[in-house]
Amino acid sequence: MSDFIIIRDLLIQRNGRDALSINSLIIRRGETLAIVGPNGAGKSTLLLALANLIKPVRGEILFHGKSISQMNDLEYRRKLSFVFQDPLLMDMSVQDNIALGLKFRGTQKDEIRKRVDRWSKAMGAESLLGRRAGQLSGGEAQRVSLARAFVLDPELLLMDEPFSAVDPPTRAQLLKDLSSLLSHDHRTTIIVTHNLKEAAQIGNRVVVIINGELKQVGAPKEIKEKPADKSVKEFLKEF
Amino acid sequence: MLFDSEIFQITILSLQVSTIATLISLLIGLPFGTWLALGNFRGRSFLLSIVNTGMALPPVVVGLVVAMTLWRSGPLGGLRLIYTPIAIIIAQTIISAPVVMGLTAAALEALDPRLQQQLLGLGASRSQMIWMLWREARLPLLAALMAGFGSVISEVGASMMVGGNIRGQTRVLTTAIVLETSKGEFGNALALSALLLILTYLINLALTVIQQRGHKK
Repeated sequence: MSDFIIIRDLLIQRNGRDALSINSLIIRRGETLAIVGPNGAGKSTLLLALANLIKPVRGEILFHGKSISQMNDLEYRRKLSFVFQDPLLMDMSVQDNIALGLKFRGTQKDEIRKRVDRWSKAMGAESLLGRRAGQLSGGEAQRVSLARAFVLDPELLLMDEPFSAVDPPTRAQLLKDLSSLLSHDHRTTIIVTHNLKEAAQIGNRVVVIINGELKQVGAPKEIKEKPADKSVKEFLKEF
Repeated sequence: MLFDSEIFQITILSLQVSTIATLISLLIGLPFGTWLALGNFRGRSFLLSIVNTGMALPPVVVGLVVAMTLWRSGPLGGLRLIYTPIAIIIAQTIISAPVVMGLTAAALEALDPRLQQQLLGLGASRSQMIWMLWREARLPLLAALMAGFGSVISEVGASMMVGGNIRGQTRVLTTAIVLETSKGEFGNALALSALLLILTYLINLALTVIQQRGHKK
């Protein structure tokens, strides 16, 4: 796997305070990277920075070797797709919700129909296509949200705790479906969770962020067996 | 005594000036209200407080300022707009624009703030994002339009001061009601009032039907 994203000397401030600091992080093409850490650690901030939705005060993020701050913002954002903790569906039909990003890109109608059919099936949401977003359960809405992200065929998929707002059985099923999909898809995916078990289930590698600092990167087993420091050890105790 | 043709002319003029003023308010209020709601700049709260105060702007004060500006000896006196329908449209726009602006800002601020990031994260351009936010807030935005129209179709002070209530030229329903009342012609005043209420109801009914259709979709 080649270097896909390189983060160097990154510092992000939010509300005047340091929210995230990363000296170096390399994300490889095709890997699923799980980001774990306690609430407020800076995990979501990293995703927002990777999506160029917040700007760093220092450092840079290189995408295919090019700094994203130097790239055309819209062009860059159209290479990725973002799934939030809440589905944040628009007040329209499920079909239109899934097609939304494609419409933004001016994709042809036939192509939209083909892709929506494909990904609604892959996410088990094909029976929901004619329904309004407001009529869906939490689990159904998150399936639609995932289909809306995958349908764009993004080079980079960013997911911010996508299952935390659904009930445990639905969460387990969604996680199973997503890990199975990602294991075949080989799409570069960065998923935030505060659950190490989930991270181990879904991620090739795990990044631990605590108090706005990157503490450790490695295989799930390695992190469990050899925590980098006391704070990581403390965090792992919860699992 | 009012003749049917005169009542018809007064009604049409009332609808014309108030509709034009509301549409201009929408053209000003929608983008400016959006900028206030989505912007993150110093002085935003101050500007919002000014707009919110503007929502309660007394029509007579607007009438006074517009009259002084358009008066023959005023700064824009050379345009000869005082006592014309355009003067009424200007005054009504000043009354209605802050209403549309303030309610637009409130409607967009009520949306989940992460919706902007979600839309951008799906590849929306800035204008596509704003369009989707307007679409999402279409029901309160339509309410803003109704409130804007309501604030001008029913006002009398500004229309009287800058229009002059000239028969056949600048007389609108509200100023005609005032005139008929001052003459003791209560029957005429009541008839005109009923007409004004029916018109206002019909326009709001049409907008409400559109609004509720959007709600059910």
